[in-house]
Amino acid sequence: MWDYTNKVKEHFLNPKNAGEIENPDAVGDVGSIVCGDALKITLSIDKDTNTITDAKFQTFGCASAIASSSALTELVKGKTVDEALKITNQDIADYLGGLPKEKMHCSVLGREALEAAIANYRGEALPLELAGKLVCQCFAVTEEMIRKVAIENHLTTVEEITDYTKAGGGCGSCIPEIEKILKDIWSVKAPEETPKKPKKLTNLQKIALIQDVLEKEIRPKLQADGGDIELIDIDGNSVVVALRAMCVSCPMGGVTLKGIEDKLRELVSEELKVVEG
Amino acid sequence: MKPIYFDNNATTPVAPEVLDAMLPYLKEYYGNPSSMHTFGGQLHKKVEEARARVAELIGADPEEIIFTSCGTESDNTAIAGAVEVSGGKRHIITTRVEHPAVMNFAKHLSRKGYRSTFLPVDSLGRLDMKAFADALDDDTAIVSVMYANNETGVIFPVAEIGSVLRERGIIFHSDAVQAAGKILLNVKELPVDMLSLSGHKIHAPKGIGALYVRKGTRFYPYVIGGHQERGRRAGTENVASIMGLGKACELAKAHIENESAYLSALRDRLENALVKNCPDSRINGDTENRLPNTTNISFEYVEGEAILLRLDEHGICASSGSACSSGSLEPSHVLRAMGVPFTLIHGSIRFSLSRYNTEAEVDKVIELMPALIKDLRALSPFGKKI
Repeated sequence: MWDYTNKVKEHFLNPKNAGEIENPDAVGDVGSIVCGDALKITLSIDKDTNTITDAKFQTFGCASAIASSSALTELVKGKTVDEALKITNQDIADYLGGLPKEKMHCSVLGREALEAAIANYRGEALPLELAGKLVCQCFAVTEEMIRKVAIENHLTTVEEITDYTKAGGGCGSCIPEIEKILKDIWSVKAPEETPKKPKKLTNLQKIALIQDVLEKEIRPKLQADGGDIELIDIDGNSVVVALRAMCVSCPMGGVTLKGIEDKLRELVSEELKVVEG
Repeated sequence: MKPIYFDNNATTPVAPEVLDAMLPYLKEYYGNPSSMHTFGGQLHKKVEEARARVAELIGADPEEIIFTSCGTESDNTAIAGAVEVSGGKRHIITTRVEHPAVMNFAKHLSRKGYRSTFLPVDSLGRLDMKAFADALDDDTAIVSVMYANNETGVIFPVAEIGSVLRERGIIFHSDAVQAAGKILLNVKELPVDMLSLSGHKIHAPKGIGALYVRKGTRFYPYVIGGHQERGRRAGTENVASIMGLGKACELAKAHIENESAYLSALRDRLENALVKNCPDSRINGDTENRLPNTTNISFEYVEGEAILLRLDEHGICASSGSACSSGSLEPSHVLRAMGVPFTLIHGSIRFSLSRYNTEAEVDKVIELMPALIKDLRALSPFGKKI
């Protein structure tokens, strides 16, 4: 049983923008029925402003593939083509409140389709990660694709590559090659780490940083699930918060608080404790 | 919402009669059957009564039944034991459609210097008997072939395989976890040396299984320790679950013919309606030789996990051979061995019924499924090709 967020379930059961635009300005068609995932996205684009005015999808795949496609179409609408190209697979996953790690490839598929569509709009050849030489024959994954996804998502192991691209998840014969690619990437460049937490903070700095993390890291995710959080007080190392709306009745409330605490400990100070006010 | 449970090849609800038979042994009769005092020692007799009931289900003698912790332990024990007593033989023959309890154990032995042959099946999931005959050699320690397949319900020619092996003096094990209690089987007439059973597939609880070992079969224990089970399986007896398994076998034995007719009628009603009302769907496996409770249907152009989760919204429980629902990226090894095209494997759904299912439940699935499939196909880029 996959642990899907409510947002994933909502987009799976009632997908937004399902279907196909007639006379689209851009078409992106990736994956295949044999691989178990396939996504076709069609876009209407205002030629004067390069703004995506409409987006629709058709997906063959599991719940998270359908939800990722639905999320993607919601994300791109109203954006310019250049802005849309900046959407990462992580943005798609974040929009859905996260995906199980084994299902991250669904978000990658969404991004691939978008890139293919925009290449199609601009009359360009498919980007190399879609058209290059295949490393994984089972799931048709190129070396460029593996490199790109590994760098963008800081992936260092073959299992992670399989979770994100499916490469190596079939017959397994390409695993040595994936290992080589990973070694090649990370021997030159160490995986980027999450921002280091500052060493010693004054009380005021600490309060400011906590507010900042809550605002930028935590609130958007809660809000995406229909919830919210309010900072009530900071008393020494106790961070007093109030959870609002969905979160109050949510049986996972404890987990949410724990998650917030983990994040604050990671980014601000190990000693912090989050309590509900 | 009370679930509409069509996933009985995965596990079954514990029968109320079984629970009643178990409860005293979880409450007042907590003794150890090996104890010298009456309080514990009296349970020994109870365990033997349960053993007799399990034996009766398959026509065995009670002393031919060893209680284990599950079907997997029974399978592992049979194969490990056969290899142990085979006098240095290093070849294991099994099939490409076995349950992981056998298949992965054979692969595990392959990594330890043994040789494993995985026999192919045809497009209907029937064993390739020529490949079987060709695979046999003087180095063969054991042949392990399932009685009936868990995904398709296809029944294997165990009697035919057994008579060949008996002539050659090769140990024959069959994983009958899905078959026992669903179809009549009698080891008196069946040339099989070992047979695995599992409690939770026949309305006993999880965590109890049994291994039938024919008198005279060379055997070596797998779980080693105390003298329980006449030295063939160490560990203090799981008394309550043994009592449950005894009761479950008694119930299965008493009702097997009526139940088989009831289940196959119900299954056929479901299967015929779904295949008729959902275009581009087909049945996987040999419908001539199949467990009465199982159907495996592929719905082309849709993905199985998506179907399962849409069914889940209505409280309907089934399972799928699709890659996405398996926890790995590999779709069903059974359907792949049968050469079912990937496009159909991804959309395969197994419904497995039990005595507790009703016609009303079947009709609910029949009513929902066509629209559900149509809806998912409308989302699919391949839907248009219908």
